[in-house]
Amino acid sequence: MSATTADDRAPKKVSSGRRALRPYLLTLPALLLTIGILYPFGLGVFYTFFDYSASNPQPGFIGLENYTNMFASSDFWSSALVTFEYAIGTTVIETMLGVAVALLLYRGSLVSGVLEKVLILPLMIAPVIATIMWNLMLQPSIGVVNYLLSPFGLGGIEWTDSPGLALFSMIMIDVWVFTPFVAILALAGMRSLPRDPFEAASVDGAGYWYTFRRLMLPMLWPYILVAVIFRFMDSLKMFDIIYALTQGGPGDSTMVLQVRAYQDAILFTSFSQGLAYMVVLWAIVFGITRILVGVLGRAQARAAGAS
Amino acid sequence: MESTKAPTSNERPGGGLREVAINLLTILYFAFALFPVFWMIIVSLKPSNELFSTYFFFHPTFDSYRTVLGLAGDSGVPFVRFFMNSLVISIGAVLLSLIIGIPAAYAFARFHFRGSKDLLFTILSFRFAPELMVIIPLYVIYQKLGLFDTYIGMIWVMQLVTIPMIVWILRSYFQDLTPELEQSALLDGYTRIQAFMRVAAPLVRPGIAAVALLSFIFAWNNFVFPLILTSSNAQTVTVGSLTFLGGNRPNYNLTAAAALVAAVPPLILALSIQRYLVRGLSFGAVKG
Repeated sequence: MSATTADDRAPKKVSSGRRALRPYLLTLPALLLTIGILYPFGLGVFYTFFDYSASNPQPGFIGLENYTNMFASSDFWSSALVTFEYAIGTTVIETMLGVAVALLLYRGSLVSGVLEKVLILPLMIAPVIATIMWNLMLQPSIGVVNYLLSPFGLGGIEWTDSPGLALFSMIMIDVWVFTPFVAILALAGMRSLPRDPFEAASVDGAGYWYTFRRLMLPMLWPYILVAVIFRFMDSLKMFDIIYALTQGGPGDSTMVLQVRAYQDAILFTSFSQGLAYMVVLWAIVFGITRILVGVLGRAQARAAGAS
Repeated sequence: MESTKAPTSNERPGGGLREVAINLLTILYFAFALFPVFWMIIVSLKPSNELFSTYFFFHPTFDSYRTVLGLAGDSGVPFVRFFMNSLVISIGAVLLSLIIGIPAAYAFARFHFRGSKDLLFTILSFRFAPELMVIIPLYVIYQKLGLFDTYIGMIWVMQLVTIPMIVWILRSYFQDLTPELEQSALLDGYTRIQAFMRVAAPLVRPGIAAVALLSFIFAWNNFVFPLILTSSNAQTVTVGSLTFLGGNRPNYNLTAAAALVAAVPPLILALSIQRYLVRGLSFGAVKG
C-alpha cells in the first residue's frame, strides 16, 4: 500500500490506515465495473478454444482449430482486406479534409462564423441515422444524388448495390459523419498555437503555403495525430454504417471483420467462430494503438521542444 | 481584417480573389455537410403519393410524423416506445457512470496508488475494444441470466460507452484544479469529503454537466448493443428507425421522419455543450 497522496501536509484527522485505503474505496465501484466487463471479454477469448454454438450447447475443447480454420479461409483474408481498405480510406480522407476545413474556418471569412456553429451536427447524429439519410439520397431510381448528377450524363448509378461502389459509398458516409471530428480537433490545435512565430514569418514575407508547411504543420502534428488515432481505431471496428447500408453485401464486397463476426456469431449462432474473428481484430487494434500512441508521444515531445 | 484574427493570412495583391475562393470552398464543404439533413427534412414532409414522383416541389404534410408518433394510424413500429426506451437506458447509463466515475476520476487525479495506472488504462481501453468482443459473450450470459432485452442489461453494457468518457475527461478536469484549494479547506477543518463536495465538485460542475450530456449523446446514438442485446422490449430508436427501411416497399417518408425525431435530442444537447466538445471528444488528449 504505497499511497503517496497529494495531501501529505494536510492535518491528520483520520488514521493513516484509512487514508491509505481511501483511493481504493473511491475506485472500488469502477474496479467492480471493470471486472464486470473484463469477465465477458475473458469468457469470449476462452470460448474461441471450444466449438461453442447454439446447436452445440455442450462444447468440447478444440484448441486452436477455430483460428487455423479462420486463417485458412479466404473469408477471413478478404474481410481483413476490406476492413483495412475502409479504415485507411476513411482516415486519410477525413484527416486531409478535416485539416482543410479547419484551415478555412481558422483563416476566417464572411461565412465561417455562422458555419462553425453547425460544424458539429453530423458528428452528433447516430451513424445509423446518417446512413439511413444517405441511403434515401443514394437510391438508384428515386435518389436525389442521381437526380442531381443526371444533367451531367450520369444516371442510374447503383451506389449501394454494385460491389465496386458499395465500399466507396460507405466511406463517403463515414467521411460525412466524422470529418467534423478531425476539423474540430485541428481547429482547437490551430487556435492554441503561439502567435509570435507566425507574425515573424509574416514580417519576413513568407508565403501562405510555406508558413503552413514549415511552421504550422509541425506544431499542429500532435493534434492531428490524436485525431488520426481516434479515427483509425474507430473505423477499424466500424459496424454501424456498414451494417445499416449493406450488411456486408453485395456478395461479400463490404464484409468487414465486425460484420463477419456478427453474421457468424449471432445470425449463424456459431459463437466460437465469430469470437475468433474478434480476438484477431482486438489484437490488431491493440497493436496499432500502441504504435500510434508511441508516435504521438514522440511528436508531443518534439512539438514541446520546438515551441 | 487580417493578421490579428488569422496570423497565417498573408495579404498580397489578389487578396480579394483569395477571399472569394475561401468563402466558396467553405460554403462547398458545408453544402456537403448540411444537404443530407435538408434532404431528410424534405423527404419526411412528402405525402406518400408524391414520394417517388417528385424531388424538390411537392405538397408538404406532417402525416409522416403523425404516423411515426402513433397519432394517425398504426405504422407497425412502436416508435414512441423505442424513444422512451432510449431515454431510460441513456439516462440510466449516464447516472450509473457518474456515480461510479466521479469518485474514481477524483481518485485518479489526486492519488497515486498501486494499480491506479493499470486500472485507468483498462478503463480507457474499453473505448478501443471491438464491441462484439464483449457483446457476443454477453449475449450468451444475458440469455442465461434473464438480462436479455431488459433495461438493466442495457444500462450495464452501456457503461462500455459512458465510463471511459466520464472517467478520463473528469480526471483531466480535476487535474487542472490546484490541490491547494482543497488543502486550505482541510486546514479550515473540513473533512476530505466536505472539501470535495464543497470545493472541488462545484468548480468542475460545468465539466461534469458537459461530460454527462456528451456521454448521453453517445449512449443514445449507440446501435450495436441494442441490435444484439434487445429484441422488442428494450429496443432503442437507433435500431427502431432502421426497421422502417425494411419491407417490400420501404416507407422512405416514415423512415426520414423517424430518423429526424431520433436525431433531435442529441442535436439539441450538442449545441448546448459546444464549448466543452473538444476535450470531451478527444478524452482530454487535446485540451479545448
